Amino acid sequence: MGGTCLDSTPEAPIHSRFASTMKEMNFHPARFLAQSIRLALATAFVLILSFSSQNLCAQDWFKTETSSGVSNIRIAVADFKAVSAADPQTVPLKRTFDTTLYSDLANAGIFDIVSKSLLPQTSPGAPAEINLAQWGAAPTSAAMVAFGALGVSGGRITASGFLFDAKNTQFPQVLAKQYSEDANEEMARQIAHRFADEIIFRLGGGVPGIAETKIYYIKMGGGNKEIWAMDYDGANQHEVTHLGTVSISPRISPDNSRIAFSSLGREGFQIRMYSLLLNRAVNFPSAGGTNLSPAWSPNGRDIAFSSSRSGDPEIWIADSNGGGFHRVTSFRGPDVSPVFNPKTGSQIAWISGRTGLPQLYIMDTDGSAVTRMTDGGYATSPSWSPNGQFLAFAWDRKYGPGAPGGQDLYVMEVATKRWIQLTHDIGRCDFPSWSPDGRHIVFANTPGGRAASTRIVSMLADGTGRRSLTEAGADMPNWSWK
Amino acid sequence: MNVSQARYRRAFAIAAVAVALSAVTGCHKKDKAVDPSTLGPMPAATAAPTATLTADPAAVDLGQSVVLNWRTQNASVVTIDGIGEVPANGTQTVSPSSSTNFHLTAKGDGGTTEANVRVTVRVPVAPTVPTDTGDMGSEAAFHQNVQDIFFDYDSYDLRPDAQTNAQTAATYLNAHSAIKLVIGGYCDERGSAEYNLALGENRANSAKTALVTAGVAASRIRVISYGKEKQFCTEQNESCWQQNRRAQFSMDR
Repeated sequence: MGGTCLDSTPEAPIHSRFASTMKEMNFHPARFLAQSIRLALATAFVLILSFSSQNLCAQDWFKTETSSGVSNIRIAVADFKAVSAADPQTVPLKRTFDTTLYSDLANAGIFDIVSKSLLPQTSPGAPAEINLAQWGAAPTSAAMVAFGALGVSGGRITASGFLFDAKNTQFPQVLAKQYSEDANEEMARQIAHRFADEIIFRLGGGVPGIAETKIYYIKMGGGNKEIWAMDYDGANQHEVTHLGTVSISPRISPDNSRIAFSSLGREGFQIRMYSLLLNRAVNFPSAGGTNLSPAWSPNGRDIAFSSSRSGDPEIWIADSNGGGFHRVTSFRGPDVSPVFNPKTGSQIAWISGRTGLPQLYIMDTDGSAVTRMTDGGYATSPSWSPNGQFLAFAWDRKYGPGAPGGQDLYVMEVATKRWIQLTHDIGRCDFPSWSPDGRHIVFANTPGGRAASTRIVSMLADGTGRRSLTEAGADMPNWSWK
Repeated sequence: MNVSQARYRRAFAIAAVAVALSAVTGCHKKDKAVDPSTLGPMPAATAAPTATLTADPAAVDLGQSVVLNWRTQNASVVTIDGIGEVPANGTQTVSPSSSTNFHLTAKGDGGTTEANVRVTVRVPVAPTVPTDTGDMGSEAAFHQNVQDIFFDYDSYDLRPDAQTNAQTAATYLNAHSAIKLVIGGYCDERGSAEYNLALGENRANSAKTALVTAGVAASRIRVISYGKEKQFCTEQNESCWQQNRRAQFSMDR
């Protein structure tokens, strides 16, 4: 990749799908769903690196897509119909549900969502009440319509949700779901997430949605750092650990049962383990030295981490209880931040300072086939995409004294080492973490330059759709595996 | 004291006379003779003094003040040791330099009553032993001879000035073999947190290696990396970053 310029030839013309509105849809309604799923399967979650043919080196801005060639499905999300307006909880809970459902679908990255101002006035609560032709016609022009009814009675919230194909007059129903839960804000959000995930699963190529996933992160306060958790959309932020020290690098296990992290104690930083089932820290033996940056293997059996127990910080692998540890790397210089290939579990990407400034490397889990991926600058914090094809990482390509430079997020295709830049001019970016569907990346952004201004931001994997999930004071996000 | 003793005797005499009178004038109780040890005579006219003494708070740090509060009854003279004669009821703020028992004596026609309260003063234990304690050497001498080592950015190699520092430190440490030390590895705020912790480990290890090479036993040295988690200086300029890029020595206690 010599220098700072991509020397590859243009692969495809720039697509401006994310910016443009939906083109005229002259497909056959009956075949629409199957066709879209087939297309999505063929191309979904593969970042097509689409390079402009002109002048790449000059500005380093180029367009990427999450599903090139497939039009986003235009979906209308009706406010649900209130069933029992008598209960005072109905109105606020329905508002929460409506807002959450709309937000989940709008942020899914696979829809062209119809603005609520373009929807028909009526809120259909059941299949018999919907005039599909009206929803399919301009200005709504929806291909899919999500609607339903929600009511609260006797402390229970009951919702029935439907997804209809607006162009299929004969058999429009794609999905029908019923939910019944305790009537509170949290459950109103949860059932909206579940319904959204059902829709995304049906229309998004059979890949489960992420509306029910969690993000674990670090919250700074009073000189300490504790581990916190939140829903994928930033709601429900709550503290997990109460250790009163500096804890960093939370990594959730693939089965969501344990958090591995590194915590400062009398003997320096050590790997620690917190059980979300027992709600307390559980034993993880330490064997001396500084122990950092744990990473779970995709089967949850092994943990790779950086340890200086033999002197120099190297990558080690232990089983998830801390036993059977063995060293994987052996080269002078810091080795840190390992991450397994989540698809195969047989490769590790990590950061090594063996040649000076930290660079991104990959190797097999037995330490063989070491390959350097970056050609310079200061690269840190790798995250491997769920399909195993891409590495997201933080990179300051002009790092050095007197060159403050920007640390931005990049995605590299492992097979070709070709990369694209995801963030531009928003301040320091670090700690990218892929969502389980591979369509999103959450990361830490420091807009003010000072550590205290760091917050957690999520975006689509092509760098669009950026939104803040937390206030300042949050760092090191880690997206759950499911 | 003589005055109050005289008063006491007088009061006692009056009381004795009163008792004797009541006996003579036909009290039918079979009172024994007065037992002086009990201070038993309880003439209605002269009740014994009562006294209470409290301190708030009961425990303070050195330099803080305590409010003493006392209440007495039937006392004509109230004294507190170390303060002197005080009103029958009152408060006073005191700042004792060490833990003190405040002793109040209330004397009245009915006798003498005492009250005590203890104020605990927490005198901070000096974090360093200022005197030279044999082989350990003093904290000041330690820092004079064992100086922090600073590093170039993103480097854990010892610079020439650091080599000199390490030699001086090793000489001192070899002469004071009882000293154990902790080397903390620190980085400036730039760069990524996880990598900086590994780099800080390498910095502290470099310093340790230099000392070990110069003859200091490795078992005396403990290494902890703080990366950029504990910033020494928080401004965003090179001089501040340089202060943060260091291996810091401290005595391991």
